[in-house]
Order: sequence, then C-alpha cells, then structure tokens
Amino acid sequence: MDIFKNRRFVILGIFASFFIVYAFNLFYIQIMDESYTALANQNVIRNVTVYPNRGLIYDRNGTLIVENDATYEIFVIPKQLKTIDTALFCQLLDIEPQFFKDQLTKARGYSSYVPSSFLKNISVEQYATFQEHLYMFPGFYGDIRLVRKYPQSSAAHVLGYTGEIGQKQLELQPYYASGDYMGISGLESTYEPFLRGHKGSKLILVDKFNREQGSFKDGLYDTAAISGHNLTVTLDIELQAYAERLMQNKRGCVVAIEPSTGEILVMVSSPSYDPNLLTGRQRGNNYAKLQKDTLRPLFNRAISGGAYPPGSTFKSLMALMALQEGSLQPNDVYPCFGGYRLGSHTVGCHAHGPLKNLSSAIQHSCNAYFCYVFKNVIDQSKFETTDDALAKWDSYLYSFGLGNKLGVDIPGEHSGHVPTPEYYNKIYDKGRWKSSTIISLAIGQGELGLTPLQMANMTCAIANRGYYYTPHFLKRIEADTTNYLERYTQKHQTKVEQRYFDEVVEGLHQTVEQGTGRIAQLPGYEVCGKTGTVENPHGKDHSAFITFAPKVDPKIVVLVFVENSGFGSAFAAPIASLVMEKYLNDTIADKRLYLEKRMIETDLINPKVLSSNETP
Amino acid sequence: MRRRSLWADMDWLSVLLYALLVTVGWVSIYAADFDGVRTSMFDLTTSHGKQVLWVSVSLVLAILLVILDNKFYTTFAYFIYGVVMIMLIMIFFIGTEVKGNKSWFVLGGFSIQPSEFAKFATALAVAKFLSSQGTNMKYWSTRLIAGAIILLPMALIVYQGDAGSALVFLSFVLVLYRDGLSSWVLVGGGGFIAISLLSLIVDEKMYLVVGIVLFTAAVIYFVRKHLRIAILVSGIAIMSIGYIYLVSYFFSKLKPHQKDRIEVVLGKLEDKKGAGYNLDQSKIAIGSGGFSGKGFLNGTQTKGNFVPEQTTDFIFCTVGEEHGFIGTMIVLGLFMALLARIIFISERQRSKFTRLYGYGVASIIFFHVTINVGMTIGLVPVIGIPLPFLSYGGSSILSFTILLFILLKLDSDRLAVLR
Repeated sequence: MDIFKNRRFVILGIFASFFIVYAFNLFYIQIMDESYTALANQNVIRNVTVYPNRGLIYDRNGTLIVENDATYEIFVIPKQLKTIDTALFCQLLDIEPQFFKDQLTKARGYSSYVPSSFLKNISVEQYATFQEHLYMFPGFYGDIRLVRKYPQSSAAHVLGYTGEIGQKQLELQPYYASGDYMGISGLESTYEPFLRGHKGSKLILVDKFNREQGSFKDGLYDTAAISGHNLTVTLDIELQAYAERLMQNKRGCVVAIEPSTGEILVMVSSPSYDPNLLTGRQRGNNYAKLQKDTLRPLFNRAISGGAYPPGSTFKSLMALMALQEGSLQPNDVYPCFGGYRLGSHTVGCHAHGPLKNLSSAIQHSCNAYFCYVFKNVIDQSKFETTDDALAKWDSYLYSFGLGNKLGVDIPGEHSGHVPTPEYYNKIYDKGRWKSSTIISLAIGQGELGLTPLQMANMTCAIANRGYYYTPHFLKRIEADTTNYLERYTQKHQTKVEQRYFDEVVEGLHQTVEQGTGRIAQLPGYEVCGKTGTVENPHGKDHSAFITFAPKVDPKIVVLVFVENSGFGSAFAAPIASLVMEKYLNDTIADKRLYLEKRMIETDLINPKVLSSNETP
Repeated sequence: MRRRSLWADMDWLSVLLYALLVTVGWVSIYAADFDGVRTSMFDLTTSHGKQVLWVSVSLVLAILLVILDNKFYTTFAYFIYGVVMIMLIMIFFIGTEVKGNKSWFVLGGFSIQPSEFAKFATALAVAKFLSSQGTNMKYWSTRLIAGAIILLPMALIVYQGDAGSALVFLSFVLVLYRDGLSSWVLVGGGGFIAISLLSLIVDEKMYLVVGIVLFTAAVIYFVRKHLRIAILVSGIAIMSIGYIYLVSYFFSKLKPHQKDRIEVVLGKLEDKKGAGYNLDQSKIAIGSGGFSGKGFLNGTQTKGNFVPEQTTDFIFCTVGEEHGFIGTMIVLGLFMALLARIIFISERQRSKFTRLYGYGVASIIFFHVTINVGMTIGLVPVIGIPLPFLSYGGSSILSFTILLFILLKLDSDRLAVLR
C-alpha cells in the first residue's frame, strides 16, 4: 500500500553520503595533513630560555673578583591587566607614573598576549616587597635574572662590563637572542665564549591567555642551561686596588707584570670607575655620565692611550741597540755641555755630574749622550741611506714589542707609533731628512709613541735580558684553552743579545742607587729603574717611571705614567716603588708610610688641592 | 490485543546508542572543562556537573514519557504544538536576550530555550496532520498546510534572531518526501542550494547569468521536440537569474558578523582572529588529534581554551583532539547507527503517525549532526546549533531526549494498537 516505502533508501543514502564525506574530510585533516599538529603546538608551546650562570672570575690568589648577583625582571602581559593601584605600584618599584604608562604602551604595541619586559634589574630586596603585593597586580610577574657583581670594586678597565647585545652583534652571532647579555669590553668580552656558558630551554604549555599550564611532555624536550666556565686571571686584585688608591685623583696608569711569564699583575688606568656602576638598573644613566666625563674614565689609558712618548725611559733601549750594532762600547763617553747641539738642533740637558761610562749616562739620564748614541747608530757607514738606518732602528723596536699590538687579551689595544722611513719621507720628502732631523727619537721624544703596556713590556724584555712573553691576563679556564694559552707561552726573543744587557741593567740599578730614581730604593732588594719626564706640548710634563726588582731574576716590573705631574721622580717613581714594595714585601715599611699617604692624598685633577707636585 | 509489560517492547538498542552518546558527551564536557585540576564529577558549578543533573532530569522525563499513555501524543499533538508556538510568541515580550538572540526564558537560575522544544512539537504536529484522514501529498492543500506547520515556528525563531535553530526545520522536507512529496523538490532544493552558494561565492554575477543562459540553451537544444519542457526549463532559468540577484540583495542586508561567518566558510575571507577564529581553532583542535588523539585530558587546544564554546557547540573538537580519528569515527558511527535504527523503527510501524514522527526525529538529528560537525571542520558556516546528546545544555539534552523517547514509547506500543 505504501508506494513510497523505498524512499527510505534514498533518505538513508542521503544520511550515509554526508557521513562518508565527513569521514573522508576527517581522515584528511586528522591523519594526512600534519600542519594542524604544528599549528596546535604553535598555539600552546612557549619556548622559555633558561639562562646559565656566567662564569666567575678569580684573581691569581684565588680571590673572587667577579660574581653573579640575582636581580629580578618584571614582565607584563597586557591582556591580563586589571585596574590596579598605580601609585602603589610605582612606589614599590620606584618608578615614575609616566614611565609606567610608557612601558605599558610599548608592551601593548608589541603584543597583548605575549609577555614584554617591563622593568629590569630589580634588587632581591626590592622584589621581595613587590612580590608581597604581586597578587594586586594581575598581568605582572617577575623572573630571576643574573647580573654581574664586582665585590672588589676595582680593575674596571681590565674586567670590562656586560650589557645587552647590540643589533649588529645580534645579526653576526646567531647564538644570541635580543635582550641577551654579553661581555662588551675587557676580559668579559675576550672570554665571552667561555664565560657565557650555554643557554638552556624549556617548553611550557600555555593557554590562550598565555597562562602557564605546566611543562610540555614532562620536560622531554627541555635542555638544561650549562654554566659558564670559571676564569682565573693573572691580576693580583689586592695590589690592583692598592695601585688604584695611589692613582686616585690623578690621570695616568700603572702596569705591573711578572717578567718571567708575562702575567699582568696590575693594570690601572686612572681615573677609573667602580665596575658595579655598569651593572644593575642605573647602568644606562651611569654609562652616559661616565661617557660625558671629560676625564674619560671609560678609556683604558694603559693600552689604548693613543701612545705616549716614552721619554727617558726609552734610553736603555737606545743603548742596547747601539751595543748590539757595535756603534757603542760600554765605556764610551760623549761630551755634554748642558745639551747636544748640531746645527740649529739643540737637545737640552739638565745639570749632572761627570759621566764615566754608559751606566753613568743612564744613571744621570744624559740627553746629549744618547743623542750621540743615536747619531752613531743611524750614521753607520754600513747603511747606504738614512732610510735603511731607520728601518734597522725600527726593527729593534719591533723586536721589543713596540709599534705593533702586543696581543694582550683585552680588546681596544693601540699599536703605538714607531715612525718608519716612509713616514718621514712623507713629511720631509725623500732624502731630505737625516739623523739630526729625527734626533729627538734618541731620548724617546718626537714621533715615537708607546702604549704604557708596551713600555712595561719593553722593561720586561730588559729585565729578562733579551726576551719577553706577550703580556696577558689569562691564567686558567676550566676548559680546553690550548689555543688561548699557547699564545702566551711563546718566548719572544729581542734582537739584542743577552750579553749586552748587563751594562744597561747596571745603569738602571745605579739610577735607583744614586741617580734620578733614588726614591725607589727598597732595602733588601737591588732595584732597577729609569725615570722619564716626558715633554708634553699640551701642558705640564708627564711623569714616567719604569722599574724592576730584584736585579737578578726579577719578580716584578712596574711602569707608572702620571700625566702632567712633572719629573719622573715626582709621582711616577714613588707610586711605582710603593706598588713594588707592596708586592714584594706585602706591606709598606713604616718609614715610607708618609710617601704612601702623600701619593694617595695628592689631587692632580682638581688644582685647588694641588700640593707638592714639584717634589723631586 | 496483546498487552505486555511497558518495557518489554522498548527498543533497547536505541536506548543503548542514546546512553553511549550521552556518556561520550559527558566525558567530553568534563575534558573541555578540565584545566589541570580535577574536580568532582558532580560539582554543580561546572558544566559537566550540571550536565549530570540535566541527564538525570532527562532520564526521569524519559521514564515519564514512556509511562504516559500512547494516546496522549496523538491526542495532544496539536495542543503541544500550540503551547510551544504561544511560548515562542510570548518570548518577544518576556524573553531574555543572550548573545544577540532573544530566545530564552529565565526561570530562577535556569534558562529555557523554547525553540528547542519547537522541534519535537513540530514533529508531532506534522505527523499528526499527515496521518489524519483525507490528507495526501498529492493535494496542494496538504502540501500548503504541512508547509505552514513547519514554517510557522521557523519564522518565529528567525524573528528571534536565531537563524541557526530555524534552519533545522528545513530538515522536515525529508518527512514530506517520505510521505510522497515529489522528488523534484529534493532535486530542486539541491539545485536551489547550489545556486545560492554560487551566487554568494561569485562576485561578478554576470558570469553566473551567462553560464545559466548557455546551460539553458544547451538543454533546450536537446529537448527542442518537447515544447513544454523547453518552456519549463526557460522559466526555471529566468527564475534562477532573478534569484541570484535576490540572494545578493539579502546577503547585503545581513548583520556584519553573519556575513563574515558565511564569507569565511566560502573561503572569501581570511581572518584568523575575528570570525574565522572559532573555525580556525576548531579545525586545529580536530586536525591535531591525529589517528588516536592526544589522550583523555591531554588536548592542548582543549586545555588551553583556544576553542570558544567548547562544551556546547564545539564539543566535537574535544572528541577529535583527545581521541583522534578513532574518536570522531566512533561518534559519527554511533550517530549513523542511531539514525539507521530510527529509520528501521519508523518503517516497522503500522501507525503512519509513528512512522512520520520517526522520520521527523531522524531528520532533526541528522540536520543537527551534519551542520554541527560540518562547522567544526569548516565544511559549513558556523551556525550555532548543538550536537545532539553530546553538547552541554539543559534545553538541548532535554529536547533531544523527549524527541527520541516519544518515538521509543510509540514504538514500544507498535503491536498494541493501530492508529
């Protein structure tokens, strides 16, 4: 009777066809197409960086000089913000309401869901108070971040500082992400690959409001952060701090090296700054302040000083090359009538006793004597031209590590300036200059420029009687550092043979015993030294002093350079001597405490407090 | 006349399928609610807790429906229909607006959506009308009255702003078809939907017009011997062209969010955060489930609340994500089995009323499943209608329980009476 009974099959067919289409579609999107899985992961898995501990830095005696300090960084997720007590918030974090607004605008501009950094470098104490109130500020949370801390507050230039990576570096080095910290100067920069360690990462699940829901697959894909390697450096931090105290309120530098190894014990550039200023929240402000300072405290005068003329401290090197060349015999005597005259050229000399030989010429620092020495080296008949002669002269300097970067392990080193024949040819035209034209080189003046580190290194070569090791700070890293340490265990031989050194070293010893460096005498040690009073066309002479002790098997070389302070014996020698005494004896003898006090208290930067800068 | 126990002739297979679907639904609601902390199954502050309550109420109601005398349904079919229609009208005056749809009564802490009940009421009324003496789908009067019974609640619901629920009533065309409505209606309906979609997809309407003209010309060439058919085809072509412009006119009158939803499904609009967001996240949830799913309570999309309304309209995502292809196939399989069973039940009736009511039940469930699952996988526009038995919601679970158990009651008495 029901003629439409078969229509049930049509209807069932319609039902079935839809289900089949859906089943195929589901098969495709669930099984064939992998992209949905990726999209789902993108939705909920957030990759969180785990920052490693940066390697610590110890000095040669095992004193901790750079450590990590925990600070907090506050993040904000704009989407989760509610109305909050802004005044309290700002008060707790010590920020201006305007800053609060600006940061929020910035965060919103970036993303509503993804956390943005709101405030960095909050001290543990401040964060503790803030955290108690955190429940009142939905959308904000804190995360720990390590920053550098310098418990000794010294050696700023050597240690350098860390900071957020710049755009340029970011492009060059794929390891880093925006906002990462890296060593920017000093040892922090050189040994960055060792110190930084390796970042870890962990995958966490978040919901659509970016709230953490726990770890992804129980941390199966997480990687732990690997702490950086600790570094031991050659600095003697106690001595460094002492040298910095002596140099306070003065412009200049101190470099102390252990000559038998090239290990740098002290490197002071004054004025300096507290390295802790360049960590933490005020870093930006402090950096700007330091950069604006006309005394240029950020500038490391010891290596990038734009090269000072070495002055009389250079005379020993002049003597050594003349001896090697055979143009000078140890007992040669040249006349000095208060100076050296040659045509229109005059190099003045100070009053001194009669010269008996080379040693006494060094002892009295006779300018005329060394002008003759220089002239006799350059005008040797074996040289066809002055060009050749100067090239030879230069080669001696190069062999002492002058005129080129030494390769110390902190960035920013200057090569100094050793004038080449080409250089003079440019100034005077070829063949229009001769020994007399460039005679000031004889006494370490004129076109010659050395960095204080080079002067100290040159002194090491003299103290070692003919060789030096590249001065360096690296003593040990808890890692494979073969390539790094090799460079510093290679002996660099100078072009002067060992036998010629004795006369010169004796002269240096006599300088301290009875010459211009008497202030540097230390009972119980045969101290050698040489003063330098460097002519400075821009103002008062610079005071320089190089010294080493003991005379036999020297333990320490010290160079002190004090800008605009007059005679070498005035400031440079006493300071160098005090540093040396502190190193060799660990204390300053009672009868020399007056000297220490005077050096510490003298202020050469602020002229009102200027005191006895004329003291010989 | 045989008189057996009330329960002996129950179709227990249908009851089993119902129980399975409700259980899958409850488990999925629990998973969709779950955000890392296990809560009590019966916590009434949660969706899954409330669902337990609603299912219990539904079961009590189901028992009541079965206990009631079977004459009740035939006798009161029009009365029930009338009451529900009055409720639909009343809603304009005392209803509450939820999410832009003024289709809710709020009584105490509970919200009731009369449009849910209009489904079984209409199914009853249609069955009653078509099974009464003197009706025949051959007559225009029968067609018109049956159409009116269906269109009245549809119009009222559209007017409430709930176009999605209104569309459900289109499924009654299958009931009419089973009762003798011309096949041309189905074919025409299919063509109608095709032209509607084309006129929405193709921006330059002239192409469509040219296409129809060329197609018509070709058809006329083949049937040139039969003038009447040629005229009929030409007439349909002209009406289609008019219809194309009508559709684009009405489309331009739609609310912006409705337009967006349609355009996203048609692939004309790419908007991951706006109207496309639901669809996008829902597809990601299902698509990332893979073959066997991420595991119960391990769905990242589900736990992270990326899919909105996941306990209600998007409950299928939870199944797809946590139980994968296996899960979706089981759910679709259960639905297919239930639908086939309902058709089987309907066809074994001696009572035309019960048979037609059964087709009504099947059509409504089919339409809900097709639209709901289709929207979660991006095959149909996002039309907010629940997945029967699975979606969270008192009105939904109650109305589908009523819908199904009236049929099971009528079926259990199939041998007792002949109506």
